[in-house]
Amino acid sequence: MTGHDGTQTPMVVAHQVRKHFGQLEVLKAVDLTVGTGEVVVLLGPSGSGKSTFLRCINRLERLDGGSIHVQDELIGFRRTPAGIRHLKPREVTRQRRDIGMVFQHFNLFPHLTALANVIEAPTGVLREPKNEARARALELLERVGLADKADAYPRQLSGGQQQRVAIARALAMRPKLMLFDEPTSALDPELVGEVLATMRDLARDGLTMLVVTHEVNFAREVADRVVFMDGGRVLENGSPQDVLDNPAHPRTRSFLSRFLTASPAPER
Amino acid sequence: MATAKPPPAQGKNDADDATENSQAPGGGADVVDVAGAAPVRHPLRWLAVAVLAVLFAQLVHFLTTNDNFEWDVVGSYFNAEIIGRGIATTLELTLVAMAIGIFGGVLIAVGRMSENRVLSAVCGAYVWFFRGVPVLVQLVLWYNMSALLPRVSFGIPFGPELVSGQTNELITPFLAAILGLGLNEAAYMAEIVRGGLLGVDPGQTEAASALGMGPARVLRRVVLPQAMRFIVPPTGSQVINMLKATSLVSVIALSDLLYTVQSIYNRTFETIPLLIVACLWYLVMTTVLYIGQSYIEHHYARGADRNAKQSFWDFAFFRRRPAHAGAAGAATTTEEDK
Repeated sequence: MTGHDGTQTPMVVAHQVRKHFGQLEVLKAVDLTVGTGEVVVLLGPSGSGKSTFLRCINRLERLDGGSIHVQDELIGFRRTPAGIRHLKPREVTRQRRDIGMVFQHFNLFPHLTALANVIEAPTGVLREPKNEARARALELLERVGLADKADAYPRQLSGGQQQRVAIARALAMRPKLMLFDEPTSALDPELVGEVLATMRDLARDGLTMLVVTHEVNFAREVADRVVFMDGGRVLENGSPQDVLDNPAHPRTRSFLSRFLTASPAPER
Repeated sequence: MATAKPPPAQGKNDADDATENSQAPGGGADVVDVAGAAPVRHPLRWLAVAVLAVLFAQLVHFLTTNDNFEWDVVGSYFNAEIIGRGIATTLELTLVAMAIGIFGGVLIAVGRMSENRVLSAVCGAYVWFFRGVPVLVQLVLWYNMSALLPRVSFGIPFGPELVSGQTNELITPFLAAILGLGLNEAAYMAEIVRGGLLGVDPGQTEAASALGMGPARVLRRVVLPQAMRFIVPPTGSQVINMLKATSLVSVIALSDLLYTVQSIYNRTFETIPLLIVACLWYLVMTTVLYIGQSYIEHHYARGADRNAKQSFWDFAFFRRRPAHAGAAGAATTTEEDK
């Protein structure tokens, strides 16, 4: 582990997180800590549970055991004298406000323009005045390089542009933590770079980020820490050099070998 | 042709690099201009047109020479005040029954999609019953409700009555018609609304929830506006069907358009001309609804297509942008350039 955590309150503390879909155990006692300001990249083969873990953090999935705290606040549940209780939908909704999420398929609202996508939550949820939200949304679109696309509808944008609008939309809520769920996996290869550049920019500004991705080079350059998951467990957790160059586990080595060979990774 | 010498052919082509690259080196195709090529002939289509023309001529002849149409009678009744009252009743029934249908349909659709099994089963049973029994039977059943329940009362279940009255006074033919048509419509609308809500990508709900939007806001701001694209077209046809279905209420002696013309021709025996008056008015009303439906569909297609972009006011004032005029114009100029 790096020196990020321990100095101040960690952003995310996941303790023995378990999750199953029917008979299938997707997460088997996952422990993970993300320090404030830290960029953690989650690597692992499909079905290793990394996306499910990410979705447990903002309670898009309900965990079946263990616990997740974000800034010392228990996610999805409440401690009462009578025991642990599920939070009401309204309270779950409130907890999600501070946690931004970026999805593999962007999930922009197709009936709204790029600008309207970005101001929807600040005006509707945070009750920000419309002109303030608008000014800030334009700043955010500028920051992701899309100021000129404010009035475009999502279908008029390329995949990379859509994903950058989705990042601006998440940032508009001023999140203290950003979750990225395979943000470049649905993009054409030549569009991946623009999205990664935007994310690199956010990391430089000190945003706490938890990124599920297959971009090993991004992990090497940007991540403070790389976590490798397989079969619902964390197998490696350390600096990019340690995990990517000297993996301890043979499973990690075989996974990484597909990305480190000269030939491009085979499409599944 | 196939053995044309490559070097001179390439020399001729050098004005156009693109074709040079796209041609196989050994292909050696001659330079061809397809402008002015003779179109394919369709003799069978011409035959069909000829047959239709003869049939149309016969129809016109039939309409103009058959005295039984009594067009003068049609003309005299077309604007009659009594017909106007029948039309008003038909429109009123359509409006109220559709309002009940849409409102009830949304409630039942949301109930059917509830995680609560009892709620969803009850809503499912409602849809099953009201879609399974013909509307005509339902109308007659409501009309004769007093035979089943001579008195109706509202109060605390199994407790004291608050209001009560004779069923016969309470359920007028108009109320029976509204209940029969409206409750039946709610069952169909519930399926349409449910289909629309299910048609929206679940990722939309996830993205909205992840932004901290509550379930009601997600439904109102994100899911419903997108579901409208799937809900509006079938709802438009439901309105048109409802307008026609109101003619069934003539069996319970409610003076809608059909019952009105029936009551006239039962007296005067001008059966055919009066039925033609009814047909013409039904056609006028459904035509207006068809036009309205197409505008509403256009409005909800916002963001669905790269060209469509229309404001509410454009929609309200019937200003339609020719969405494909630009593309068509571009295509013609490139053709002319060649």
